[in-house]
Amino acid sequence: MAGYLSVERLSKQFSAYGRVACKDVSFAVGEKEFIALVGPSGCGKSTLLHIAAGLSAPTAGAVRLRGERVTEPRPEMMYVFQQYTKSIFPWKTVLDNVCLGIKYRSHSSRKEIEAAARAQLHVVGLAAYADYHPYQLSGGMQQRVAIARALARRPEILLMDEPFSALDAMMRVELQDLLLELWRELGLTVVFVTHDLDEALYLAQRIVLLSASPGSVAEILDVPLPYPRNQVETRRQPIYLELRAHLYNAIVRQVLAGRAEAA
Amino acid sequence: MIEHVIRWLQTTRGSGVILILLLLGLWQFSALYIMDTPTWPPVTRIFTAWYENVADGTLVKHLLATFWRQMLGYFLAVALGISVGVAIGYYRILYNLLEPLIEVFRPIPGPAYLPVLVLFVGIGHEMKVVLIMVASLFPILLNTYGGVRAIDPVQFDTARTLGLTTLQTLREVVLPAASPQILTGMRISLAISLILAILSEMIVSNDGLGYFTLLAERTFKVPDMYAGIFTLALFGYVLNRLFLIGESRLIRWHQESSGRG
Repeated sequence: MAGYLSVERLSKQFSAYGRVACKDVSFAVGEKEFIALVGPSGCGKSTLLHIAAGLSAPTAGAVRLRGERVTEPRPEMMYVFQQYTKSIFPWKTVLDNVCLGIKYRSHSSRKEIEAAARAQLHVVGLAAYADYHPYQLSGGMQQRVAIARALARRPEILLMDEPFSALDAMMRVELQDLLLELWRELGLTVVFVTHDLDEALYLAQRIVLLSASPGSVAEILDVPLPYPRNQVETRRQPIYLELRAHLYNAIVRQVLAGRAEAA
Repeated sequence: MIEHVIRWLQTTRGSGVILILLLLGLWQFSALYIMDTPTWPPVTRIFTAWYENVADGTLVKHLLATFWRQMLGYFLAVALGISVGVAIGYYRILYNLLEPLIEVFRPIPGPAYLPVLVLFVGIGHEMKVVLIMVASLFPILLNTYGGVRAIDPVQFDTARTLGLTTLQTLREVVLPAASPQILTGMRISLAISLILAILSEMIVSNDGLGYFTLLAERTFKVPDMYAGIFTLALFGYVLNRLFLIGESRLIRWHQESSGRG
């Protein structure tokens, strides 16, 4: 399977006789595509993303970026973690957190690096908070710092592991819209893991539905809803509602099948 | 009125200071009127002795001698403890290699090294510095190890996705992440280093506060002896205070964020 970013017959087993997280997963992501990965909990979607980022190795199969096998974190891909309280280093200011991703690889002066980081903070709406420490910010703001830090490295691809699941509803909605805006403006490719069907439908162009543990691809779904999307209008389109019902039924089937197999 | 007093008792430590002053008063009274013996001199005489010894430079000289050897041994322990602690926290192979050895040496009380060190290093300055270092080493080493082991995998993953090398990760992530535990170890060891400095001075030395205090006792200059002990109390207090100030500057992020959670 050729393509921009491709996951090829990927399997992951945690130890020789241990749990199988995912089995024979294949799908391809096009350049500048927004794809969401959904599935029942424990289906290995986060594991899959971790492997795609080059942070852990698969038991079988491969992840390829432009045909080249990904075996370690690549500068073209940035990972955004669910646990922002850990991923955003609490001992650094907001500005220093963003600088950390660029200061060792560029030969620019400290001043230029800081200017670039400040510009990135401006993009995510945190320009006024550069000198704050993370503990002084809300969860939504901390996750914005993580996004700014990732974007400062000028990646092509964002790999996001349930980045908004720990946030309250209002902040989640705000960050979803921010993410869509950034995706369109910067021409990013996004692989977004979530367990929230509405979030997947609202954000993505395509949805990869994984089956229950061990996860494999159950279905790949196009979401033919126009951008820019709107939190109210998009969510009441007939296509949206139809796809939501379809996805919901599919995921319930997966959960039940998973239980039947376990029993 | 009563509410004010209760409020003052609850919100300040003024009552503790008053208690110390009261006890000193009781000491003074008992020394003057109840126990008239040379071993229990009145507080005023101790302060006079203290003032004389400060004024002629004796106490200052001995304090500096103690301070110098304590700091030397202490900072050697800090350097070695953090290095080894990080190394065994980072590399499982080194942990497996060194952990049994550490477990063998750790339970030995610091003073027990003294006779061996006297045999090998002699009775000079070096022996005391090494003794202080050895006794101060383990709290720092083990706390550093614990701190490094407790770092969340997400933080290592973050460092990798940001393209940091091992050394950059050490500097930017590992040391700051483990710093609360490292500082806890350093604070425990600071007290230990003073104990061992005084002990070694009492056993073999010709300067230092330990030497001064014991010599005063042996030459029946009892007020001088108490003056030495008072100086030690003050010195220990100031050291600990300075440490706490430095600590809260270094890890304000930790204290503030855990205080909120």
